[in-house]
Amino acid sequence: MGRAALLVLADGRFPAGGHAHSGGAEEAVKAGRITGAADLEAFCRGRLHTAGLVAAALAAAAAAGADPAGLDAAADARTPSPALRLTARRLGRQLTRAARATWPSPELDALAGTFPKGAHQPVVLGLTARAAGLGPEDAAYCAAYESVSGPATAVVRLLGLDPFEATAVLARLAPELDRVVDRATVAGTAVRTAGLDTLPAASAPLLEIGAEAHAAWPVRLFAS
Amino acid sequence: MGGVRAVARIGATADGRGGTALPVLESDGPLALRRTRAVGDEARVVLVGAMSGPLGGDRFAVEAEVGSGARLRVGSAAATIALPGQIKDAAHYDVRLDVADEGELHWLPEPLISARGSDLYVTTRADLGPGARLVLREEQVLGRVGEEPGRLTSRLVVRVGGRTVLDQELACGPGAPGGWDGPAVLAGHRAVGQLVVVRPEFATHPVGAQILGEHAALVPLAGPAALVSAVAPDGLRLRRVLDEALTVLHLR
Amino acid sequence: MHLDHSHPGPAAVSADARRPDGARRALRIGLGGPVGSGKTATVAALCRALRDELSLAVVTNDIYTREDAEFLLREAVLPPERITAVETGACPHTAIRDDISANLEAVEDLEDAVGPLDLVLVESGGDNLTATFSKGLVDAQIFVIDVAGGDDIPRKGGPGVTTADLLVVNKTDLAPYVGSDLARMAADAKAQRAELPVVFQSLRAGSGVADVAAWVRAQLGAWTA
Repeated sequence: MGRAALLVLADGRFPAGGHAHSGGAEEAVKAGRITGAADLEAFCRGRLHTAGLVAAALAAAAAAGADPAGLDAAADARTPSPALRLTARRLGRQLTRAARATWPSPELDALAGTFPKGAHQPVVLGLTARAAGLGPEDAAYCAAYESVSGPATAVVRLLGLDPFEATAVLARLAPELDRVVDRATVAGTAVRTAGLDTLPAASAPLLEIGAEAHAAWPVRLFAS
Repeated sequence: MGGVRAVARIGATADGRGGTALPVLESDGPLALRRTRAVGDEARVVLVGAMSGPLGGDRFAVEAEVGSGARLRVGSAAATIALPGQIKDAAHYDVRLDVADEGELHWLPEPLISARGSDLYVTTRADLGPGARLVLREEQVLGRVGEEPGRLTSRLVVRVGGRTVLDQELACGPGAPGGWDGPAVLAGHRAVGQLVVVRPEFATHPVGAQILGEHAALVPLAGPAALVSAVAPDGLRLRRVLDEALTVLHLR
Repeated sequence: MHLDHSHPGPAAVSADARRPDGARRALRIGLGGPVGSGKTATVAALCRALRDELSLAVVTNDIYTREDAEFLLREAVLPPERITAVETGACPHTAIRDDISANLEAVEDLEDAVGPLDLVLVESGGDNLTATFSKGLVDAQIFVIDVAGGDDIPRKGGPGVTTADLLVVNKTDLAPYVGSDLARMAADAKAQRAELPVVFQSLRAGSGVADVAAWVRAQLGAWTA
């Protein structure tokens, strides 16, 4: 299979549950840290270089054939917030379902057997890319892009932000996204030989703390 | 290669009489170690910064090894300030902690302050045996009062029984990847800290996740450990919330 | 609508009629319709009518987290472990039609936790006249409108009114007060739906939810046959 499969996997309409998640943007909006396009851009940039980089490297490593269970444990260690670990596993489970129906593969079946409640979503994303005939860099692109497209879409709904402005934010981040993907691909493909410690561990304290606050809200629009 | 290289070492073992001995206590250059009065079965050591380092190009390391049945508490006399040096290279500060099964370490240094123009990589690695206990505090203050911060990259890795339960890196200051001061990462806060608590009983009875104050949370990690993560406008308010967390965890 | 295709390996995919252990899964019936038409009240009434004869559970899809689930919990129509809420990220129709994965997981988790189940009712968040359920999520769907929403709704059609397996026109007791012409609504519905059934009900008077419950029993009979 060629590159076109990447468009299928990266499509925002790919039915894997992402639409119900804001990537921390709902909490940041309510706390007053995102009030418009400029804040959204700073939020997305921060998320891209932290959670986005880690997710992209995990996805690249899984796509390169690293052991999914080891990657899943590495993802746990890089996700201190239990709310975010739960979210990552829920989304991983939803992606597993969509991926197995879309690109049936023994590796995805085995993953579903090992993790009936879901592996971390970036790990599933990497295996999905593999099943779709895509490579580590493609997987990293999907993960890195998702790390910013989710919050951008959510903020359009939460603030009534002009959708053209939100899309322009994503376009402005594109060169940085390329660099993050380069770094993630190098780190991810090195895992098989150099071990899990080569994975980046970039963290965003307010994403972790905010996720715990958000999970405790009685009423919210987004699941995370 | 310029800059100062220094490695300080602490070794704590059970003394066989219910207390803790310190067979290794090696100061090195700017890293001076002082033994203070023991409290109960716990030996206590203070790290005295004889110089206000590290400067650019310096490579400092502190290693502490706690044997089975030993209890060690390490603090520092004052904040560590990362400063720019004559040498343009980054400075490195590595902390390596090993705690054997049934050993206990409280690692509670004063904050690290990243002064304008400095460039420091801090790496803290704690390796614990399956039944070891740890309380580890890490505080970073970005810039002295009213000052822009330097560049600071800090990685904290905690392993228990060979399994990594926490691996976090924070990069901030000029030259750090974008967005570090934005709404997803620090949002203008100038102090950031973590408190890691490892206890074997957390494997079966993990702490409940809890919000502490405005920008802090206590969370159970995936393993026998808990983490308090906090950001605050300044070092004083950061310490206040981390102290509150110690109270919540019955460690104060 | 008996979908008997199955995927190998653990965990079911989408509309598989069998669970991973080979057992036939519960019949899944969706309830959709505009805000305030009485979906949640109908679900509550169905639970009361059927809970003694069937093993059933409910999945709600709320715009704001758990409101509908909490109504059902307060009304105590089922034990709490049989009611679960799916969060929809401000897009309730997406969660029941375009991206059904969270709902499928909720259904599977209910079957794992309290199963075996005969019936799962999936209630959509109040949405508009175009919101329908994916066939990958439910085996049959009920569209609930009410007389107070305007008696021209059946005439206007839309996917819910036209294609739902059962159309429920709710709150008939209010018709005299809001000036709705029930005969006209019935005729318009017939024109839009041909042979597909329509139930006029009031949960406050007459036989209540009995007609809808009878329809559900018939669906279940066909599913387990």
